Amino acid sequence: MRRLSASFRHTSPMPEPQDRPSEHAGTASPAHRRAHQTARDLERYAGLFAQRTRVMRSSAMRDLMAITARPEVISLAGGLPDTSTFPPETFAAQMTKIAQESSAEALQYGPTEGFAATKAAIGRVMAAEGMSPDADDIIVTTGGQQALDLIAKTLVDPGDVVICEAPTYPGAVPVFCSYEAETHQIPIDDDGMRVDELEALMDRLDSEGRKPKFIYSVPSFQNPAGVTLSLERRRRLVELARSREVLVVEDNPYGLLRFEGDPQPPLYQLDGGDYVIYVGTFSKILSPGIRLGWAVAPPPVMEKIALGKQATDLCTSTLTQYFAVEYFAEDRWRAYVHSLCDIYRARRDAMLEALERHFPPQATWTRPGGGLFVWATLPEYIDTSDLLAKALRENVAFVPGAAAYVDGQQGSNSMRLNFSGSDADEIREGIRRIGAVVGEQVGLYETITAEHRIPAPPQPPEPGDVVPLRRPRRET
Amino acid sequence: MRVAVLKGGSSLERQVSLRSGARVEDALASLGHEVVPIDADADLVRSLKDERPDVAFIALHGPGGEDGTPQELLEILGIPYTGPGVASCIRCMDKVLSKHLLRAAGIPTPDWVAFNATAFRELGAADALEQIEARLGFPLVVKPAAQGSALGVRFAASRDDVPEALVAAFSYDDRVLLERHVAGRELAVSLLDGEALPIVEVRAKEEDRFNYEARYEIGRTEYICPADLPQDVSASVREVASRAYETLGCAGFSRVDLMLGEVLQPEVLEANAIPGLTDTSLLPMAAHSAGLEFEDLVARIIELALEGDGRLARQRGA
Repeated sequence: MRRLSASFRHTSPMPEPQDRPSEHAGTASPAHRRAHQTARDLERYAGLFAQRTRVMRSSAMRDLMAITARPEVISLAGGLPDTSTFPPETFAAQMTKIAQESSAEALQYGPTEGFAATKAAIGRVMAAEGMSPDADDIIVTTGGQQALDLIAKTLVDPGDVVICEAPTYPGAVPVFCSYEAETHQIPIDDDGMRVDELEALMDRLDSEGRKPKFIYSVPSFQNPAGVTLSLERRRRLVELARSREVLVVEDNPYGLLRFEGDPQPPLYQLDGGDYVIYVGTFSKILSPGIRLGWAVAPPPVMEKIALGKQATDLCTSTLTQYFAVEYFAEDRWRAYVHSLCDIYRARRDAMLEALERHFPPQATWTRPGGGLFVWATLPEYIDTSDLLAKALRENVAFVPGAAAYVDGQQGSNSMRLNFSGSDADEIREGIRRIGAVVGEQVGLYETITAEHRIPAPPQPPEPGDVVPLRRPRRET
Repeated sequence: MRVAVLKGGSSLERQVSLRSGARVEDALASLGHEVVPIDADADLVRSLKDERPDVAFIALHGPGGEDGTPQELLEILGIPYTGPGVASCIRCMDKVLSKHLLRAAGIPTPDWVAFNATAFRELGAADALEQIEARLGFPLVVKPAAQGSALGVRFAASRDDVPEALVAAFSYDDRVLLERHVAGRELAVSLLDGEALPIVEVRAKEEDRFNYEARYEIGRTEYICPADLPQDVSASVREVASRAYETLGCAGFSRVDLMLGEVLQPEVLEANAIPGLTDTSLLPMAAHSAGLEFEDLVARIIELALEGDGRLARQRGA
């Protein structure tokens, strides 16, 4: 059976499709270059590509997502924070101040590891979650995505083992692929990654004389599943990393977007930073457009990461670092994050309510206590990549689950639903439409199979499959 | 000349169409034409009225683009356009209709059965599945009646795969067909003004068979042009393709996809009224093999559009 695979960007795991300006330009440009391309030219280029590009793929899903640009489409596919909530006056005042006071510096190159002032702001954000990293261990990166890329660049040789969650952050998949890692995925449940399964996998690898380079996890309000790793599992994971001398990469974009309940300590805090490399970002608490993220790593690792960054882009944008420093100079950022939590909580509630109302009883979904995403799972016979085509005819979009799997095949009956980028009414209407197309397909399947054959008994989950998440309670 | 390039639209093949369109625009510009790119959206008719092009190059793919819709509008506006006319587009877009027409004309096409969702919901079509499966055998191919680029096409290796494959295909269209699978070589014959260009053989990696992505990515799929076939086989493939083109009433250019089974009998799968014109598309590849560069190809297609329009006008007695 045909399946689709996909590659994604970090903060916006589905391309936010916008036609490039050139496509609307009055006259066609670089005419001669493109028109003269022939099949033979293309073959010649193909012959020049590095081996690793074989696993770097464009995606049919990405093409489908392009249609979500139509204004009538309600897109629950994005991973976008709502930047319209950021006060434009603050933006204007800060930029003016930078222009007046630090124009030359803000327009200049900066240090590869980032400004001390930026690191101080990062320190304040991390302190809000109970961490106190040494400034020397921090590197400012171009978004959290670059931090992931640099970490993989530093640690992964072709064929090295990397372990991540199943499902995992869709934007991590192309990173691991482009460094030709052998990626293993560990199932999750309502308490996050199944650390017992992780241990079993590491034992198995151990018996083959292999060891993973690192374990990648989004422990809080995971992208895409919305689940949070329990305290007990956090402790066990850190213990495993220490006893087996394996690195853990903790990606924590959503930890501060907590709607309720007690915060879980970051792995970095539990470990003290010996075996945990921490990845953070300003994308979700300030703006993804400023492209500011960071990594915190033990000094020997940091040294290599910094060399890698030098090769990649010399330094992170000086201008946006000035912007962030200015913003975090006052303590207003906490109030802003607080207001985001209020907005997103209400949107999550709207989504969960709508799911109860409009999704068929065969469907299950997660109930995240924070973050941006709900992960819904449909009966196995529904492929959400195909369903997306039908949903788009109803002017609604989501991310097909296969995007969160390295093989691009598992998770094909799941979908990621974003609740931060649309208002409550749009969310309700969007879920209603998706529920309707799902209901149609369920009905069709039941009609076909009821007349035709007895449905096969449900298969026990294979290792690497998502363990079915707890069914939400239904009100009758 | 002022040439409007219609591209984009809202079909699932929007991105492919944008790539086709961009490439056509470049070619037209270097041919010295005045290019008016138009995204086929809700303002299409108004844009065409405002821009008053001499001719429209239709680089749209999929439903809403090559199903006769924009062609009809262009007829009303009296703007000559490239590629097949309304009726031919309708015939090609609907795989079921085209298979009926092909079979009636004695052109081989694999056995099939077609259903709409209503047949299952209200007429108990599921009861007939067993007979259908017995007739077509396994593996069989399930596909939406109207969709290009292999979207929604699935193989069913056994009975157990059929319901899921049907649900997938019904995601793309309200009508689907189950088709006998022809084991063999995948061939595409592009035709320009009814003349068959050199045959392209498509060799997808096994895991990529019928994979949409592989079709538009450099290096994923192997294309052999001209296909390495015995002369008589090659001639019969081209002849079958030409007959399909005529039977479906294609004009200007089109592409016929066939399977060459083990007994070297070509069977037509479908005809594409407006085949892709991207960097990895088969028509430009075939044209290149025939010594026709992309610009020449575009120039010829425009020429045919204007000639065709003249013929049409004369027929109407204008």
